[in-house]
Amino acid sequence: MSATEDAPQRMTYREALREGLREALHDDPRVFLMGEDVGRYGGCYAVTKSLLTEFGEERIRDTPLSESAFVGAGIGAALGGVRPIVEIMTVNFSLLALDQILNNAATLCHMSAGQCPVPLVIRMSTGAGRQLAAQHSHSFEGWYAHIPGLRIVAPATIDDARGMLRAALRCPDPVLIFEHIGLLNMEGELTGAAAQADIDRAAVRRPGRDITVLSYGASVYKCLEAAAQLATEGIELEVVDLRTLRPLDDALIMQSVRRTHRALIVDEGWRSGGISGELAMRIMEQAFFELDAPVARVCTAEVPIPYPKHLEDAALPSVAKIVAAARTMVSRES
Amino acid sequence: MATADTSAAAREHALRILGQMLRIRQFEDRCAQLYTEQKIRGFLHLYNGEEAVAVGVMQALEPQDSVVATYREHGHALARGVPMNALMAEMYGRRTGSSGGRGGSMHVFDVARRFYGGNAIVGGGLPIAVGLALAEKLEKRHGVATCFFGEGAVAEGEFHETLNLAALWRLPVLFVCENNLYAMGTALARSESVTDIRAKAASYGMPAAALDGMDVLAVESAARQSVEAIRGGAGPQFLECRTYRLRAHSMFDAQLYRDKAEVEEWRKRGPLITFTTRCKSQGLITEEDFLRLEREANAEVDAAVAFADGSEWEPLADLERFVYAEPRA
Repeated sequence: MSATEDAPQRMTYREALREGLREALHDDPRVFLMGEDVGRYGGCYAVTKSLLTEFGEERIRDTPLSESAFVGAGIGAALGGVRPIVEIMTVNFSLLALDQILNNAATLCHMSAGQCPVPLVIRMSTGAGRQLAAQHSHSFEGWYAHIPGLRIVAPATIDDARGMLRAALRCPDPVLIFEHIGLLNMEGELTGAAAQADIDRAAVRRPGRDITVLSYGASVYKCLEAAAQLATEGIELEVVDLRTLRPLDDALIMQSVRRTHRALIVDEGWRSGGISGELAMRIMEQAFFELDAPVARVCTAEVPIPYPKHLEDAALPSVAKIVAAARTMVSRES
Repeated sequence: MATADTSAAAREHALRILGQMLRIRQFEDRCAQLYTEQKIRGFLHLYNGEEAVAVGVMQALEPQDSVVATYREHGHALARGVPMNALMAEMYGRRTGSSGGRGGSMHVFDVARRFYGGNAIVGGGLPIAVGLALAEKLEKRHGVATCFFGEGAVAEGEFHETLNLAALWRLPVLFVCENNLYAMGTALARSESVTDIRAKAASYGMPAAALDGMDVLAVESAARQSVEAIRGGAGPQFLECRTYRLRAHSMFDAQLYRDKAEVEEWRKRGPLITFTTRCKSQGLITEEDFLRLEREANAEVDAAVAFADGSEWEPLADLERFVYAEPRA
């Protein structure tokens, strides 16, 4: 598609997702999209707007509110040789399909000794920040990353929103794409990098000398803002966008930690039993003797996400919390 | 089948059906024995008494059709053509098994025969079958996805979600409910406010029939009609096959939830005994035919046991293979 090959283009994250879908539907007649309100309504978050008109009802399929059935149907369709993209309206609803995701999508390939790989892409919106309260605002991507057999990705940039779907569709395994609702209106430039987007590697979004900050999704921007603030104080954060939570790009993470000798994890997921603990443990296993300070983390408070703005804000990682954690890390040793 | 039909074709058909049911019965009887010898471990769910359903339905299917079954699927696998050697090796957990030994009794896969498990989550296979059917429709192929499940699945949300989706999209699926009256140990009337399963299916707007699942010819005939209708574009069809599990739910089941007299009553209606008696009385097969089929099945089971006993284990080094797909050679 011309979008990625021509000069840089300005678009929103939402438009980038849509362009990715359009390209996928154009390039492969086996690709189709199904989910709640993806067609006539145009997508709960308007990501799939106009696709029904362009590609028709056979390929843009509105489903009943039957997460388990349509995710399972995606698995069956993938086994049957087509390339389904399933949209789940929001991360909390994906729990209604957890049986299919965990017991089938993640297990069939191994349990059948490789006979039944499941090339299924599931997209869902994730994250808090829009006052949607405790049943529409969680971040379960770290939880899903616990499950062998799945690939978990979280596009944070316009290029990744545009390009990761292509890589996901090329992957023979089930790929879950988590799109943060706080990023949908973000505008940015689409570059040629979108065409090369992979789903295997992390990326350094801002190089820095003092602390490796590991994050993904919308939290990356809080980290970048914290980095800009701290730079004025002479503290340099290296902001790593994990991009993929399973597999984790250990090589890039450790390379960065070996350079900065400090690691701070920023995760919108809950603290206990989450991906932050996994990251910290990997650093212990692979780079412990490189560390000048204990690994630290800023996570979401361990509460269901509350509705009022002041409480929601207080529950989530914030620039101020990241700045404070980073300051503590560098002051500790002096 | 017309009672007077004693043609060579009718005789051949009767021998084929009886042979398939006997293979399943003998295979599973041996599995029960091997279980006590601890050659087979884990859960073992026997199909004894329900053979007419799998064998009857499979007569109507073609290689292009796909099958999704439950954790009680040895009969379906054999009737679908999964080689007995590979099935027995799977029971043993050996590398030569149909799923490389990784699934065991509950997870038989054979993609070459479009046999997609062996699903041990009650109701979990229904959405997969609908997806397989959706792929047929999107690719403009003519395969029918056939999904077997027990009446216990009717209580699951996935049953209702899936029937609705299949009917809404007019997908080529044949739903086969094996109503053996007990969801493990819970009788249908103890778990369903409405026990008429056929009516539940019909409420989603699909043709649904209830039939004697102990009568292999009745099952075959109903399945043929359903498959023909599906191939003709009529959308999903539903068969409730009323049957009975003559042995325990699994090898751990003391069967405290049902009377012995009830089991004995159903045993008289067992699909093997009734079909054999019927064929003999019609002059289609002789006692010699029956004994020969029994010997052949026995010999096949012997060979499968020898094959499984002689098969290797998967090397430990392969433990993590196939968590993700490997490039095809």
